[in-house]
Amino acid sequence: MPLDVPMGPAVSPANGKGAGAVPNRLAVIDGDIHPAVRSMSDLKPYLAKQWWDVYETYGARRKHGSSNGEPYPKAAPLACRRDAWPEDGRPGSSLSLMQTQHLDAYNIEAGILGPLGNTGQGEMNLELSVAMCSATNDWQRDTFTRPEKRLKGGLVVPYEDGPASAKEIERCGADPDFGQVFILTRSAEPLGNRRYWPIYEAAERYNLPIGFHVFGTSGHPVSGAGWPSYYIEEGAGHSTSCQTVVTSLVIEGVFERFPKLKVVMIEGGFAWAPALAFRLDKLFERMRGEVPHLKRRPSEYIRDHVYFTTQPMEEPDDRRHVLDVMEWIGWDKLLFASDYPHWDFDDPFRAFPAGVTPEQHRRICTENGKSVFRIN
Amino acid sequence: MQAVAERAPPEPLGRVSTDWKGAIDCDVHPHVPDIAALTRHMDDYWRETVGVRGITGFESIAYPPRAPLTVRPDWRGDKAAGRERADTDPKRTAAALMDRHGFAHSILNCLYAVQLIRDEHMAAAFCRAVNDWVRAEWLDRDPRYRASIILPLQNPELSVDEIERCAPDKRFIQVMGLAAGEQPLGKSHFWPVWQAAERHNLAVGIHSGSSYYHATTGSGWPSYYLEDYAAQSLAFHTQLGSFIAEGVFVKFPKLKLVLIESGVTWIAPYLWRLSKFWRGVRLEVPWIDRSPVEFVRDHVRLTIQPFDAPNSGETVGRLMDQLQSDQMLLFASDFPHWQFDGDAMLPGGIDASLRKKILIDNPLATYPRLVSPH
Repeated sequence: MPLDVPMGPAVSPANGKGAGAVPNRLAVIDGDIHPAVRSMSDLKPYLAKQWWDVYETYGARRKHGSSNGEPYPKAAPLACRRDAWPEDGRPGSSLSLMQTQHLDAYNIEAGILGPLGNTGQGEMNLELSVAMCSATNDWQRDTFTRPEKRLKGGLVVPYEDGPASAKEIERCGADPDFGQVFILTRSAEPLGNRRYWPIYEAAERYNLPIGFHVFGTSGHPVSGAGWPSYYIEEGAGHSTSCQTVVTSLVIEGVFERFPKLKVVMIEGGFAWAPALAFRLDKLFERMRGEVPHLKRRPSEYIRDHVYFTTQPMEEPDDRRHVLDVMEWIGWDKLLFASDYPHWDFDDPFRAFPAGVTPEQHRRICTENGKSVFRIN
Repeated sequence: MQAVAERAPPEPLGRVSTDWKGAIDCDVHPHVPDIAALTRHMDDYWRETVGVRGITGFESIAYPPRAPLTVRPDWRGDKAAGRERADTDPKRTAAALMDRHGFAHSILNCLYAVQLIRDEHMAAAFCRAVNDWVRAEWLDRDPRYRASIILPLQNPELSVDEIERCAPDKRFIQVMGLAAGEQPLGKSHFWPVWQAAERHNLAVGIHSGSSYYHATTGSGWPSYYLEDYAAQSLAFHTQLGSFIAEGVFVKFPKLKLVLIESGVTWIAPYLWRLSKFWRGVRLEVPWIDRSPVEFVRDHVRLTIQPFDAPNSGETVGRLMDQLQSDQMLLFASDFPHWQFDGDAMLPGGIDASLRKKILIDNPLATYPRLVSPH
């Protein structure tokens, strides 16, 4: 497997320990790694026969109407790197390839998992959704986080059912193998809505941040403007769905109600955040009478509670522009993420523009992740 | 978000800037006072329909009449004093803007909510009435006014008909729809409309607001009006992506697209993302032969109110630099919406030469009918 590792010495083979294996090289916290099943039968041992039979008979039923693919076909098979396919199965399904190609090669000290695909999230049959999410968590633990201590699971919850999600957090939340609760941004209702509060209450109790990852099948177009035609629009629109999440969490008062809650916006980029905060602050000044439950300006809640993973890193023609944005957000709120094994992968040593100081780079790649994900 | 906390003083209230003379105000909202104002401009069938069916009018939740943002306090009506809202009166509107500051023109974008109507024939009838009301009650009352042709985008053929009907009147300089409708406006479904606009030298204006055919956000309906207004900028993300990805600017190279009341500061970060994504997946849209950033510089303009930024000249300057163009912004008061107090219509931190472009040069370059009406 040809590897292009631009910085630091060549790494030793997988040693299962990671940090410290290569002196003088940054130990990276990766906020977005996608594990995958080899095939859906990987989940079968974790599902009651009733639910496996339902899944086998009726398939996944999500609010985009497609049973075997995406209404916006990707630009590469499964949107994955061509070099990330193991000999059998799909990218992300082989722990050993993930270890050599990614964890060892980039000196990943901790990698936070975000299971996508048929995990049960977004499934219209809520009972099936609940069962599949539990199965996904158990499979994730057995396949990835128990054998590989550098990996921390994304606790998948059937988020359209708040109480069932809270129960799943109670079932798994005490297990240190899980580093975050994992939710998709395109939910049926805005995620600050009170139907989702049981999730935040439970997450706060277990000291788990919520990772809001782009995608999801809400049944709604990404904005009120209707359904676009192309994958490029779908992809660019993810930052739009992230703005919906942040706006709703702030304006519904989630951070007033759950003051210890931390959230991470994953794979939507980050450069949109200051403009959104400016906008919300101005509107708040005009209309605070409508939202008396808010005690502070929206930007202050965002500043204290919201983290952003950097991938896919925004790349303006003039790099000073993105440096300005990073400064406005705060160097303590940005987290590196690779999105391994997807095609728009960011390399921790190459993704950032010149002008990011070594100290800032260290905070983004190492320090900040430790302060938000439940790693230790 | 440290920058938000910066609170440099805004421009002093009541100061009229000297360089505003000759400026073109690209977003002014005349208010239809009641349904009778429109039925006067309807044919017998529609006038009778309005009466028989008890139609009281179409007002959008996008601008609740008593919400703070909808009408600035000093422009509100006062029943006790027998005064209507200023935006129902072409004289008082002119006094607040063109007379007071010496603006050369105010461009009227009527927000009467024809877009809510599901019946496309009724929508077209109300558009005709709105456009004729604007012509009779505003354009004919003051030669400085210009206006947008309000389109029934529920049906492209009916929209083209309305353009053909109104275009001979050169005081109409733009066609206008809302940011959130049934389908993104770049889709080929709408191309006959943009073709007609280009043929008549009319800019295409997309104004904040929704037909509410879809939920306001990608995750359904938000609880608060504040969120609804905030989410209007998200619909502009979709529209900009649609115009670019569908190749509208390749198909109609003379077209100018004006994003009205969108908020301005969202656009640069969205373009960074869109352009990067285009580099990765351009195999999907092979007709897009240039970076989205370049299409935007050549074809897309934004009105400056609301300008979503803190009152810090330094931050505003850095945000302006993100646009990488001095041609993209068009001056607008957004009258009577309460976007600023006093005369603080332009953010601080903009130098004199850029101010002149925003106030005068850019509007003239965007609206060919302002320059040569014949």
